[in-house]
Amino acid sequence: MSEIPGDLKFLKSHEWARLDDEGLVTIGISDHAQGLLGDLVYVELPRVGDTVDAGNGCAVVESVKAASDVYSPVSGEVVAVNAALADKPETINEDAYGEGWILVVRPSDPAELEDLLDPDAYAELIDGEDD
Amino acid sequence: MSKATPLNDAHRRLGARMVDFGGWDMPINYGSQIDEHHAVRRDCGMFDVSHMTVVDLEGAGCRDFLRRLMANDVGRLKGPGRALYTCMLDPSGGVIDDLIVYRRAGSDYRLVVNAATREADLEWLHRHAGEFAVAVRERPELAMVAVQGPNARARVAAVLGGEAATAADALARFAFVESDDLFIARTGYTGEDGYEVVLPAARAEGFWQGLLDAGVAPCGLGARDTLRLEAGMNLYGQDMDRTTTPLESGLAWTVAMTGERDFIGRAALAAQLAAGVPRQLVGLVLDERGVLRHGQRVLTGQGEGEVTSGSFSPTTGKSIALARIPAGEPGQVRVDVRGRELAVRVVQPPFVRDGAARPGI
Repeated sequence: MSEIPGDLKFLKSHEWARLDDEGLVTIGISDHAQGLLGDLVYVELPRVGDTVDAGNGCAVVESVKAASDVYSPVSGEVVAVNAALADKPETINEDAYGEGWILVVRPSDPAELEDLLDPDAYAELIDGEDD
Repeated sequence: MSKATPLNDAHRRLGARMVDFGGWDMPINYGSQIDEHHAVRRDCGMFDVSHMTVVDLEGAGCRDFLRRLMANDVGRLKGPGRALYTCMLDPSGGVIDDLIVYRRAGSDYRLVVNAATREADLEWLHRHAGEFAVAVRERPELAMVAVQGPNARARVAAVLGGEAATAADALARFAFVESDDLFIARTGYTGEDGYEVVLPAARAEGFWQGLLDAGVAPCGLGARDTLRLEAGMNLYGQDMDRTTTPLESGLAWTVAMTGERDFIGRAALAAQLAAGVPRQLVGLVLDERGVLRHGQRVLTGQGEGEVTSGSFSPTTGKSIALARIPAGEPGQVRVDVRGRELAVRVVQPPFVRDGAARPGI
């Protein structure tokens, strides 16, 4: 299990969000989530320009084992998607918090980020799941 | 608390991701399921299948007992050391389980049945054993390791050494040999060559470690499932069960209807054949992106059906499935994949043979 970067915020459903200096939010799934899913084989991305709502599906990741919705931690407009995942979905397995990012959103209500879990709270959540 | 096989500690030492599988604590993978899958197709992998149920049958009546209980005919086994794949049916032709029957020395036989159906199988076997004076003895103290892949036989021979290696090497497909306390069968559930080895629990760790040292990749139940699906092999409880007959499950080839043998379920199968078998199990290939999954709706020219087993197929790089659909020419077939109706091709399984996708898959 890799270290959880300190600048991330999490949904209980294992998505992470990272706010950058330009006010954009990069979204992915946690290292714990990729481990549960197993080898990813397919990622269904939204389109740039799509609107996403906090708590609603914004992408789908499919592993050999199962398909799983990716819920958006924030509302806003999709400004970038990680098109490289189409050919290399396993990037999420290899680097969930880095090269395995899924999309970037320009948030319409940055205050939504405050509702998310900080890394310590998320670490506690997944520790509980492992019991 | 789930049950542990004699190799449980070995799996944990290897860092396996463990899951509950029908009441057993089993490895789903040791890292990457896809890497494990490729190891079996290209080289050699091994699986702990000790959760499977080994049942020994003893007594002069075994042959008659099995000819009554099994849809395939053990009379086809020309001598000891030969194995047969068969379904065991209820009177309505529904599949109680699929299993392998091994003809041992004298009048004895061994069955290897599924873990999930253990209780129902044992109940059924015991219920009928009395009429034939057959002793039914479960062998929970035995472990079982499957070693599969193009290099599996050479690796097993190197680890076994001596007489057992020579005897194993001489085996034809679906033959087996008992050497010392090892039971070595040239069978498997991956579509690759190799062995399934039944051995005393106390020897399991040593055998497993020897194979590890010989470079055999440990593989979990995840890879086992994608390998068997590519090989077009059914999974009990998913591709067939008591609500389906072998004729509706792509298993007509395992039903021996020639002659007058009165096996349980025969009358129902004969009636189904006379009326026309209403459903068929077919292979599906999805050429576009997406993954076929168990339970998805299949739309055909003859009506609706259902995906019984579906997955991404690491060898072909596409998604493949087994699906039960209405009988007849299916025409254009689509599958409802998460709300989108995607066109699929209907093919005859297996999808993969000799380590590679079959032409046209």
